[in-house]
Amino acid sequence: MFAHRHLLGIQGLDRAAIETVLDLAETYVAMNRRAEKHSRVLAGLTQINMFFEASTRTQASFELAGKRLGANVMNMSVASSSVKKGETLIDTAMTLNAMHPDLLVVRHPASGAVNLLAEKVNCAVLNAGDGRHEHPTQALLDALTIRRRKGRLSRLTVAICGDIAHSRVARSNILLLGIMENRIRLIGPPTLMPAGAERMGVEVFQDLRRGIEGADVVMMLRLQKERMDGALIPTMREYYHRFGLDAEKLAAAREDAIVMHPGPMNRGVEIDGLLADDINVSVIQEQVEMGVAVRMAAMDLLARNLRGRNEPGGAAAC
Amino acid sequence: MLTLVNARLVDPKGDRILDGGLVIEGGRIAEIFEGAREGLDCGGRCLAPGIVDIGVKVGEPGERHKESFRTAGAAAAAGGVTTMVTRPDTLPAIDTPEALEFQQRRAVGTSPVNVLPMAALTKGRDGREMTEIGFLMDAGAVAFTDTRAVADTRVFQRCLSYAAGLGALVVGHPQEPRLSAGACMTTGLYASMLGLPDVPPAAERIGLERDLALAEITGARYHADQISAAAGLPALARAKRAGLRVTAGVSIHHLTLNELDIGDYRTFFKLTPPLRSEDDRVAMVEALAEGLIDVVGSFHTPQDEEEKRLPFEEAASGAVGLETLLPAAMQLHHAGHLTLPALWRALALNPARLLGLDAGRLAPGAPADLVLFDPDTPFVLDRATLRSKSKNTPYDLRRLQGRVLATWVGGREVYRREAP
Repeated sequence: MFAHRHLLGIQGLDRAAIETVLDLAETYVAMNRRAEKHSRVLAGLTQINMFFEASTRTQASFELAGKRLGANVMNMSVASSSVKKGETLIDTAMTLNAMHPDLLVVRHPASGAVNLLAEKVNCAVLNAGDGRHEHPTQALLDALTIRRRKGRLSRLTVAICGDIAHSRVARSNILLLGIMENRIRLIGPPTLMPAGAERMGVEVFQDLRRGIEGADVVMMLRLQKERMDGALIPTMREYYHRFGLDAEKLAAAREDAIVMHPGPMNRGVEIDGLLADDINVSVIQEQVEMGVAVRMAAMDLLARNLRGRNEPGGAAAC
Repeated sequence: MLTLVNARLVDPKGDRILDGGLVIEGGRIAEIFEGAREGLDCGGRCLAPGIVDIGVKVGEPGERHKESFRTAGAAAAAGGVTTMVTRPDTLPAIDTPEALEFQQRRAVGTSPVNVLPMAALTKGRDGREMTEIGFLMDAGAVAFTDTRAVADTRVFQRCLSYAAGLGALVVGHPQEPRLSAGACMTTGLYASMLGLPDVPPAAERIGLERDLALAEITGARYHADQISAAAGLPALARAKRAGLRVTAGVSIHHLTLNELDIGDYRTFFKLTPPLRSEDDRVAMVEALAEGLIDVVGSFHTPQDEEEKRLPFEEAASGAVGLETLLPAAMQLHHAGHLTLPALWRALALNPARLLGLDAGRLAPGAPADLVLFDPDTPFVLDRATLRSKSKNTPYDLRRLQGRVLATWVGGREVYRREAP
């Protein structure tokens, strides 16, 4: 059951919708591992990737997902668009809308920008990250990775560590893991912790070892360069000392704990390079693989709803 | 001569409501009476002094596409605002007597209500050099404000000190500028979940405490334009108890809305200071009822669609309010927080006193600036019906109660609501 017109965030999804995406994604994981990775479920549809903020990984993942499903994929980067000429977001959206895309994948540096854009277009909009707000496909791919490794997506202890305050990945994950009834812990210095964190249904820790004690999953977040150097933390080395994950600190977690990272990693800042490469605990490469599958599933479901909406007697999607 | 009869007279100074009427002669109130007489029937509705609204932004010069004196004046008349005290944050800023005179020429004859200008405290409102406060007073400036915090404390101290020498009123916008830089929401769970840059309410407290300390050492007359956070109230209470010449205002938006109204990034609710928590809102209402906060205004800030239809962080701040001030304020009356006379002290009497005007009263000799309203009429606001050129109201589609029926300025009828 996935009765949504857009995928703007985890907010608004329920357990059934999340499971629908993940179940369908499983079939695409299998497909992506075959030599022949092609389907025609998006054949005839146009997918536009609109990235107002630089991204290699997410954009590539969405592009590949669309192409494997047979969509016509177009990439629009901000550098080559008229946004630089002073056109407003809404005008850009209206212009694109007039070209009748079916799926619009949007990343924007301002929180809420994707919601605003979705109000003005007729196609399905997928949020590929808006400011510090949400990054729903990242949370879904993390969920799929966890479910495959742990055999379930409930009643787990998940520790999220690092720059929670500026992270849309953290927000979407907190929402998703909360909906799926997991125990969530946030770990980081107060300068990187969002206000009101204690009211998000999570436990807050300022000590990495205590925070990951008994955790099934340890999720490390990227620390942006501009947040270092005395602004929010004193130095990189002090940060690594207190909040960087290495094998020794990880010993506090459960023996079978997995380590995740949304990438790109800063080796030696938030995570030890050797640990990140340890295939026994690190699932970072698997996350990337799941990313393509989850995006295929999300676009497939949204396209079904689009078709349902446009065909007489089709199920109305909201 | 005009006699208004069969009215409920709202007398803020006498703190009473009187069934009767009044006689207008030569633009002034000649007589107040109880009981029945012959004259223009007010139908038993409320007749009160016209609202004196401090901090109205009119887009002249520079932004006439957002609001002109003609449209602002029409909006004011329809909202029962008989005196607009205008802001100097125009393009360019009103920071010279010449600019002030130009602006006044635009206002005269186009606005049906009184227009009193405030002038900038520093040149270009950039917080470095003080304006010609003396000349500007001669040219008619009633108060001095940059409509934002003067970041440099030494500059602000000197401005206050110089203004004190002239008896000028300085209107401050209490805010710690570095702490609030780039912020568009109040710190808390809600800002965190929306992922918007936030400012703690303490930034207002820090700014207010600084300003009050400077008012104390300079002896200046200081009015905080918009108080919105409970955190600053103890300092305000202390300053008033100590007998400083300080007053405070609050915008109607911070009395009737809170941060949750922002909902799904609704930019019409983007204000400066940002909407606060419900606890803060309730504290503002209580401080107003106790008289700790003196003035309620609309802080009318017209913004066009282009500047509001943007991602929340990038969208312009502010809301129009001239026409919705009275109906929104009625919410405080209907909820039992303030009596009508108490409300009118904040809407008319106190701001008039602050500016040295003899308006805001129902008494013989006072100017016949009056508003006739029905406090009970319910309606759903449709922003398309606003007379302001900009329609950026947070009350769009809200259920409000209370409507202006007629407005007089200097005894002249400037607005009458047509029978539906």
